[in-house]
Amino acid sequence: MSDFIQTSPARSLQNATQEHFIAAEAPWSGIVRKGQTIRIEDSYGQQAIDTLFYRADDFSERYSNQDTMRMQGAAYIGIDTKIMSNEGNVMLTMTADSCGRHDTSAGACSCESNTVRFGHGTKYLHACRDNFVLEVSKHGMGKRDIVPNINFFMNVPIKPNGEMTIVDGISAPGDYVELVAEMDVLCVISNCPQINNPCNGFDPTPVRVLIWDGED
Amino acid sequence: MMHVRRSPQEIAANRARYEEHQKKGLEFAPKALPGPSRLPAPAIDAAAIIHQEIVPGGWYWSTRLLRGEAIRIDQGEGNSTVALAAWNAEDTSERINLVDTAKVQWTTALGKGRVIFSDMGRVMFSMIEDSSGAHDCLMGGSTAASNAAKYPGEKTRNTRDNLILVAVKLGLDRRDIPGILNLFAPVRLSEGGSFGWLGKRSNSGDYVDLRAEMDMLVGFSTCPHPLDPDPTYQPKPVVITRYKAALPLADDLCRTATAEAARGFENNALMQA
Ligand SMILES: [Zn+2]
Repeated sequence: MSDFIQTSPARSLQNATQEHFIAAEAPWSGIVRKGQTIRIEDSYGQQAIDTLFYRADDFSERYSNQDTMRMQGAAYIGIDTKIMSNEGNVMLTMTADSCGRHDTSAGACSCESNTVRFGHGTKYLHACRDNFVLEVSKHGMGKRDIVPNINFFMNVPIKPNGEMTIVDGISAPGDYVELVAEMDVLCVISNCPQINNPCNGFDPTPVRVLIWDGED
Repeated sequence: MMHVRRSPQEIAANRARYEEHQKKGLEFAPKALPGPSRLPAPAIDAAAIIHQEIVPGGWYWSTRLLRGEAIRIDQGEGNSTVALAAWNAEDTSERINLVDTAKVQWTTALGKGRVIFSDMGRVMFSMIEDSSGAHDCLMGGSTAASNAAKYPGEKTRNTRDNLILVAVKLGLDRRDIPGILNLFAPVRLSEGGSFGWLGKRSNSGDYVDLRAEMDMLVGFSTCPHPLDPDPTYQPKPVVITRYKAALPLADDLCRTATAEAARGFENNALMQA
């Protein structure tokens, strides 16, 4: 695990209001208030962190990958990307990114899609969709509330001819993204357990989430 | 933090297995796809037609579609995009999933011979005919806001509101609207990842035939795509024909073109046993 990399004098390890360690392969969820900044840190490198956002006071408004891509006219998530909801509102804005490559076209792994991608022998392996089901069910939601997500630190290049493949992540230990919330949101994370493709370097690792209050 | 690393042997074995899948997926194994269907569209046998709907430009429609039936979506007079959403009729929590569809088939470029997956690893549609080969599974449809920016001062209809109407009238709600497939929308990515409206503009007479591989509820919206280069809002009507098709045989193109499709059909067979 790497040292903390500071992006602003206002945000240090000491003054974070919340610090969460998410074990390898595990889910997490928490509220990020409007004006707060959430840092999602790939502590050991090459770890896909599958992430969803829901409006905290109305879960029917939630992250939309298609609206996010359409609004920025581009497929990859990066600095200044506005994280859009299905109702056309900005949920968060990405303010810092030390990695430079994040996906929102490839969705989360599931036991079901693993059977299609890698054969039925991979069905009984823990998967992001199961993490999401367990985590959103704590908040009264179900499978129908699980929508295509963001895969922070996952490298999925799409060629002009449409060819799409998951390749080795480029994130180094300690790489991070920071997002400032534009509304109160519930953040739901699956620390991806996939070992059938390179999104986790075939060896899932723990990650860290930090939350700070606004600077003003 | 504790972290027990996998052995180098285990990591190497998993990587080798992935690379084998990837090679087959990217090299169109076991079958090369046939390319676009021919124009003009061959007529559908009149005795097989269950219903034909002419959906005005900018409107919505939905239908039940049973396994073994198909729909032809025909441009008619041309230059319309058709947004498509679908739910398993028996359990509407199972729905069209474009991110899995692209990921498991190693491409965002859908065309004749490809299949469209649900979120449960099962095949919803087979693309048994497609003269266009220019569809968009990434960008989603128009909204009130995107239309207001593109067609200032004009009275327009948009795909988001159309799909809310489709879903709610089927007894579903706003939460149930999945990511959508835009048929007849030649969207491609630049090397840098930005979207463009590239290549052939879909033309009058282009058509797609989708065979249902499970019983479904299917919704459509016929609004212009957000990237449609026409600055005027003038969507054209689309002809949607529901007809009886044969169940796929063992050597069916869509069922056998890729290892992934074959495994998807195995999952369907378990559900339908
Ligand atoms: Zn995963």
